[in-house]
Amino acid sequence: MTRNGILTILAVAVLGGCEREMRPPEVLPSSAARPRPIVRQTTLQPGRPLAQAEGRGPYDENAYSISQGQRLFSQYNCVGCHAHGGGGMGPALIDDTWIYGSEPQNIYATILEGRPNGMPSFGGHIPEQQAWQIVAYVRAMGRLVPKAAAPGRNDHLYSGESPQASGPGEELRQPAEHPR
Amino acid sequence: MNALAFLAGSGFAGRQSALNPAGPQAGRIEDLWWLMFWVCTAVFVLVMLFFIAGMVRGRRARKERGVEAPMSVEPGVERRMMRTIVAAVAATVITLFGLLVASVATGRSISPLRVPEDALTVKVIGHQWWWDFEYQHPEPYRIIRSPNELHIPVGQPVRILTTSADVIHSFWVPNLHGKLDLIPGRTADTWIQADRPGVYRGQCAEFCGHQHAHMGFLVIAEPPERFAAWWERQRQPAPEPATPLQQRGRQVFLSQACPLCHTIQGTDAGSRVGPDLTHLASRRTLAAGTLPNTRGHLGGWIADPQSTKPGNLMPPNPMKSEDLQALLAYLESLR
Repeated sequence: MTRNGILTILAVAVLGGCEREMRPPEVLPSSAARPRPIVRQTTLQPGRPLAQAEGRGPYDENAYSISQGQRLFSQYNCVGCHAHGGGGMGPALIDDTWIYGSEPQNIYATILEGRPNGMPSFGGHIPEQQAWQIVAYVRAMGRLVPKAAAPGRNDHLYSGESPQASGPGEELRQPAEHPR
Repeated sequence: MNALAFLAGSGFAGRQSALNPAGPQAGRIEDLWWLMFWVCTAVFVLVMLFFIAGMVRGRRARKERGVEAPMSVEPGVERRMMRTIVAAVAATVITLFGLLVASVATGRSISPLRVPEDALTVKVIGHQWWWDFEYQHPEPYRIIRSPNELHIPVGQPVRILTTSADVIHSFWVPNLHGKLDLIPGRTADTWIQADRPGVYRGQCAEFCGHQHAHMGFLVIAEPPERFAAWWERQRQPAPEPATPLQQRGRQVFLSQACPLCHTIQGTDAGSRVGPDLTHLASRRTLAAGTLPNTRGHLGGWIADPQSTKPGNLMPPNPMKSEDLQALLAYLESLR
């Protein structure tokens, strides 16, 4: 072991400290790139045919934003009607049935514009970036985001044994067996 | 830099210092601090004296014997060495035991057993990254919330109940008392007392995330009559806007994202996610002791809180300049 060897190890140890984990906490999606979506909600849409909503949401693969979305989902009182995804006064968000579409643009439009029979419009109140975080969390509840970003549903969403998923991005489409 | 300049400019020296006690408990803690300081200083000086003496004597002995000669250990020398070691160990144990006794005695003298039942009670709720002080009262209409500013009457013990809304924080006002952790889901209690009026700074003392360092608050100790008047003012709803600009400001407040998180008593905004803004203009600081409460800082904070406290939970609020000016005029009227 020479002095050079020791110096090299020291240099590696010291320089290693320089690389700090960078995680920009608030990344605003540029609003120019994402115009307020006009999206097709159902097959029974009047007027000229609209393009199907496509594309991922800006935060679908961002674990931090999904957890921020979860916080906002409670704080902005989405839980008041949708409970923790199981539904109540409002429709469930963890099942297969999406009345107004499950694409990120659809959910975003639903939050901002509101929907008939009770869903209020949050446009102008919830900032764009937070709305996209909530979109990411709602899609995570429906298992529509990659597993790397949201490894599992919360414990309280399971009724029994947690169903196994087989791969990244796998959508859980078999409902868990209810023991009762 | 801002915060430093602010602290220096407003004369905060000694306002967050355990060596400038303003209450009975801090006084005891200061006594213990000085006891430990002098004992440790004496130990350090003694150790250094022995160390230097040993070096000098060893050097002299080597010179007499020649460098290569082996050191001879005679039975007499060995006995002396043994006696020295035993004496040193005994001195260490006795010193540490003495400090332990002093420490326990200090702890007992400031234990929470001595607070009267009818004392003023304030519930401290820690949030990432601000403080909520909820003044308890048997009559619910007299309960008030005072974010980031704890007013207490001078010369009276105040019971402090602590809990947290998210992660573990720690309540620490060095001029008044030691630290007490805020544990989510649990309530701990202690008491504080200020014997002379003044403004003391408190700080979160348990690492709680990105902006832990910017989680400060002020304790304002004032004579009981002024404290009672303050409480009475805080209990009032926000004043009605007096000018058209302020009226527009209230409209802006209610139509933007603000009411999703903030409360202004007397309006429809009633959310408890962020600090209560009913008496925002009466407070000395913004963003939990981070900025002085001036119009410029308030405007900058509303427009882009992330540049002042990156990672905090308030989103940027882009709005038209006239709207922002109206909003500022309204918020500044909330005394």
